[in-house]
Amino acid sequence: MGRLDRVQIEKVGKRYGTERALAGVSLELTRGSMCALLGHNGAGKTTLLGVVSTLVRPDGGTVTYESGGTVVKGEGVRGQIGLLAHASLCYGELSAVENLEFVAGLYGIPTSGVVAALDQVGLDKRARDRAARTYSRGMLQRLALARALLTKPSLLLLDEPFTGLDRDGAIALGEQLGALKSDGTIVVVVTHDLEAIAGRTDHVAILRRGKLVCEERDRGAYNYDQLKDLYHRNAA
Amino acid sequence: MNKFLVPILCVVAAVGLVVSTWLVFYGSPLQYTIDGESGRLVGTSLFFNQKIFYFHVAHAFVLFAAVGVAGISSIFYLKNRNPKWDDIAAGTTDVAVAFGAAVLATGIIWAKAAWDVWWQWEPRLTMSLLLWLILVGYALVRKFAGPSADRVAAGMAIFGMFGVPFIYTMVGADSHPGSGKNGVVATLDPAMRPAMWITVATFMLWFVLLIIVRVQGTRAERELRELRERALDLGVLE
Amino acid sequence: MLGHAFRIAWKDLRIEVRSKEIFMTMAFFGALLVVIYSFAFPADAAAVRGSVPGILWVSLAFTGTIALGRAFDRERENDTMRALLLSPVPRLSVFIGKAIAMTVLILGVAVIVVPLLALWLNAPLFDYPLELAAIVATGALGIAVVGSVFAATLLKARSRDVLLPVVLYPILLPLFVAGTKGTAALVQVHPNLEIAHYWMSFLGIYDAAFLVLSLWIFESLVIE
Repeated sequence: MGRLDRVQIEKVGKRYGTERALAGVSLELTRGSMCALLGHNGAGKTTLLGVVSTLVRPDGGTVTYESGGTVVKGEGVRGQIGLLAHASLCYGELSAVENLEFVAGLYGIPTSGVVAALDQVGLDKRARDRAARTYSRGMLQRLALARALLTKPSLLLLDEPFTGLDRDGAIALGEQLGALKSDGTIVVVVTHDLEAIAGRTDHVAILRRGKLVCEERDRGAYNYDQLKDLYHRNAA
Repeated sequence: MNKFLVPILCVVAAVGLVVSTWLVFYGSPLQYTIDGESGRLVGTSLFFNQKIFYFHVAHAFVLFAAVGVAGISSIFYLKNRNPKWDDIAAGTTDVAVAFGAAVLATGIIWAKAAWDVWWQWEPRLTMSLLLWLILVGYALVRKFAGPSADRVAAGMAIFGMFGVPFIYTMVGADSHPGSGKNGVVATLDPAMRPAMWITVATFMLWFVLLIIVRVQGTRAERELRELRERALDLGVLE
Repeated sequence: MLGHAFRIAWKDLRIEVRSKEIFMTMAFFGALLVVIYSFAFPADAAAVRGSVPGILWVSLAFTGTIALGRAFDRERENDTMRALLLSPVPRLSVFIGKAIAMTVLILGVAVIVVPLLALWLNAPLFDYPLELAAIVATGALGIAVVGSVFAATLLKARSRDVLLPVVLYPILLPLFVAGTKGTAALVQVHPNLEIAHYWMSFLGIYDAAFLVLSLWIFESLVIE
């Protein structure tokens, strides 16, 4: 399955009933970069993420996914997308191993990768065969990350992944993301935690009431102060 | 849409209402059955009460048309998500709920006059009730489902429309012989037919007119909203 | 596509077998319904016998709808429905898998309710077991298919608990009526197999038509 190296979002709009969630948003995502999608609550960040992940059909505009110059569609795209959200995306009644084996089956990956993924996130071996609903928040977070990484996505979308993580957890996750970015993954993070992504983000996009009001990728990596400054100037 | 369309339709509908009312009360015969030999009344003779039949049937035609229009409109909406289809589906069902209530109310009055019971589970009344329930369900979904209301409602309209042939078969198969309204339209006294068809046509027109007005209203609301958003974006408005 | 559907159905059934939550609560609820109905009718045996088909299908309607709501709620708890729709399996597989799992679940509840009805209301439900099984199975399938479409669409809607029956019952009415009349033809004092077969074909056609319709529009309904 061709790894995605470019995602072109062109004038995307979305309306929910009387509410306008997105209007004329255009953005280009490229491989090996981490894009921070910022904005106030209700600015449209989650909707944009939904559109990019093919779960939300835009009312107008297009999203084009490319791999090595050719356009990819449908299931080929979905197989390359990984999602890490605030919810664990895992079934509480199943164990970590069972959850990941289920995912492996859906994505057509050999189940041999399951143990490796769990090792990579450092999930306690004794917990792996227990039902996921017995896990602590930190363990659930690791399981969710293992789930996202198992399929080796080339486009990783993160929706408020740092919420509920302690400082160490946030730092560890930040490092993981940095490593993925260096590996060539397209990383998109929606978050309010600027500290956690500082020093790794090279692409900033700020939404306000559904419109893209600021987009920058001039510097190599934005530090905390630069991010805070951009946010306060544009998000309100 | 031509700005004269609504006024013209209003006039035609008004004329239609006057004409059909006149026809119903003066232009069609009283309904009663007389035995040829003895000159006595036999069978069901409703006389004046039967007049309500004209209004009842007209509204029932409209109910069927409404479910069809809403269903097809919803299919278009799901396929290309153009808001105008959603507006049509929503407007149609809103108006049809009112028409459906009229069908059932006149049906109840008819039932009391014809069979001396307030309700009868006979084919046409049952079918009208079931169609009406689909429309009411649609209205409730539209009102209470939140942001995904348009999709759920569209689904309900489409499934509802596909269910109509099944409802039809189901009520038909259960008809008790001689339950009054079977084949009433076909066996109608020819002198009554003009009144009936004109009434039907008038109420169909009235129905279409109400939908057009409703859809225009929704569209105007949307355009106003979009203008306001543009102004907010440009900083012209607070 | 079917392979993925079975995988999803199997996952659902595995979860249900482990917790048994839906099955146990719905079976108990169904039993309670039968008890309540038993007291609602006078001791007149004929009246009771005549009402048994209706009671059966009303119970299936109630338990089926609640089971649907609960099963899809599970996919909401950790946003797993989003994960399923995001995966590279065809979205129809998600629908088919869910519908299969729900059919099994509703049949499971029916397996408890039908014998209880036969026991407590002295209804000769087992005189024609094959026909009865066919009617209940097609009915359960119809409820599961239509129910899965709307439970999935309503997943993120407001008031979804109460809206599910509001949406389902008008659409499923022909199914409930056909099921009731078919069962009645089997249970009445002089069973009429011809009528039973008529309603069985009605149910079969209903299921086929709505399955095709569901396959056609499921994806457009469920993707926002």
